[in-house]
Amino acid sequence: MTTESISLTQHDMNFSLTPDDWTVISLSLKVSMVAVAAMLPIAFALAWMLARWRFPGKLLLDALVHLPLVVPPVVTGWLLLILFGINGPVGRWLDQWFGVTLLFRWTGAALAAAIMAMPLMVRAMRLSIEAVDRRLEQAAQTLGASRLRSFLSISLPLSLPGVLAGAMLGFARSIGEFGATITFVSDIPGETRTLPIAIYAALQVPGAETTVSRFAIISVLLSLGALLLSELLARRVTQGRMPHVL
Amino acid sequence: MSFDIAVRVRLGDRNIALACRSDARLIALIGPSGAGKTSILNMVAGLLTPDDGHIAIGGRRLFDSKAGIDLPVADRHAGYLFQDLRLFPHMRVEANLRYGRRPGGRLSQEDMLAFLGIGHLLHRMPASLSGGEAQRVAIGRALLSAPRFLLMDEPLTGLDRERREEILPLIERLRDEIGLPILYVTHDLREAERLADLIVEIPDR
Repeated sequence: MTTESISLTQHDMNFSLTPDDWTVISLSLKVSMVAVAAMLPIAFALAWMLARWRFPGKLLLDALVHLPLVVPPVVTGWLLLILFGINGPVGRWLDQWFGVTLLFRWTGAALAAAIMAMPLMVRAMRLSIEAVDRRLEQAAQTLGASRLRSFLSISLPLSLPGVLAGAMLGFARSIGEFGATITFVSDIPGETRTLPIAIYAALQVPGAETTVSRFAIISVLLSLGALLLSELLARRVTQGRMPHVL
Repeated sequence: MSFDIAVRVRLGDRNIALACRSDARLIALIGPSGAGKTSILNMVAGLLTPDDGHIAIGGRRLFDSKAGIDLPVADRHAGYLFQDLRLFPHMRVEANLRYGRRPGGRLSQEDMLAFLGIGHLLHRMPASLSGGEAQRVAIGRALLSAPRFLLMDEPLTGLDRERREEILPLIERLRDEIGLPILYVTHDLREAERLADLIVEIPDR
């Protein structure tokens, strides 16, 4: 083994995290959790509409929901910039009425992550909603249950593992979000520098390989954990009858 | 009048219709599978809207296309025993029984458990019940919702002879002792003859 590779191994073994590292990690977790929490009800409503309703334009809505999955993330980020920028229609409105700015803020990073996570969340939830036997809801109604009660006591609990799986999948996607985020909110240490952006920034600096490898390993572990959890939940809900999340 | 029903519905290219006025305690609807017997029960329960006609049971109007009456499913107070039972798979037997419980039933929960012999099943999950046990739990759940009438869709189909002999007397006691009007679907003429005051044949068309 050469001296060089030994020194690299020793570098890799140095896994103590600096305060700046912790800032990146906690920011990433905060952005991803807020993104998933905010997208959860929206994704569930979309999944419910796509699974249960019939309406004109359903195909178009389905396509729009899936768009962030296939469009280059940089385009999604650019669209967010146009809509939510200082002079964007939504951005100006948010600023004037609520004094809220998303551009160059961690909240903007959460918005970008939420949009990018949406298709995966909706897909997982839609599968689990479609797996709920609607005849059980009919039975609940004959027993005197209102639509709301049959939703809360039958449909929601039966689709819950799929909803959680969707949330986990969305979390994993959010942790890895890069393109739309850096386009929309740029790279601001402590504000928008999430794990992938920190990795990218470290790659631009000569000699920061240890930082890169530390962040890379943390990213992999976080995403892997979320994916495994979501697959386990999906297996529980479908008992192997439905397509897998993974 | 226990039953005053005249309904018609077109499903695809099938016409399904029933017209009967009777004071029978139990009416059996008999006919081949696919004749629309279950669709008739669904119309009475409010799960399927007839194209026109009227439904009144025990003097209560549930549906009348001319008068614009169409009671919501939850307000019809049907005790519907589905052919596939439809016990809620994520709830224990006790929660299933409690789900539709309304005051004013003709049996208390204790009487019900004794009547059906399901007191020992309360903490089980539906998936762990035998066919006969699940059948009795489904009957109990329907009865505890204080129904004004019962709809039974082939309750003996899929049970072996021993279980049938266990459920049949229960249905006879429901008919004779609880005194709820029962609309009973079967494809077995002997079963219909044993239970029904009136047999209505639903032809295949």
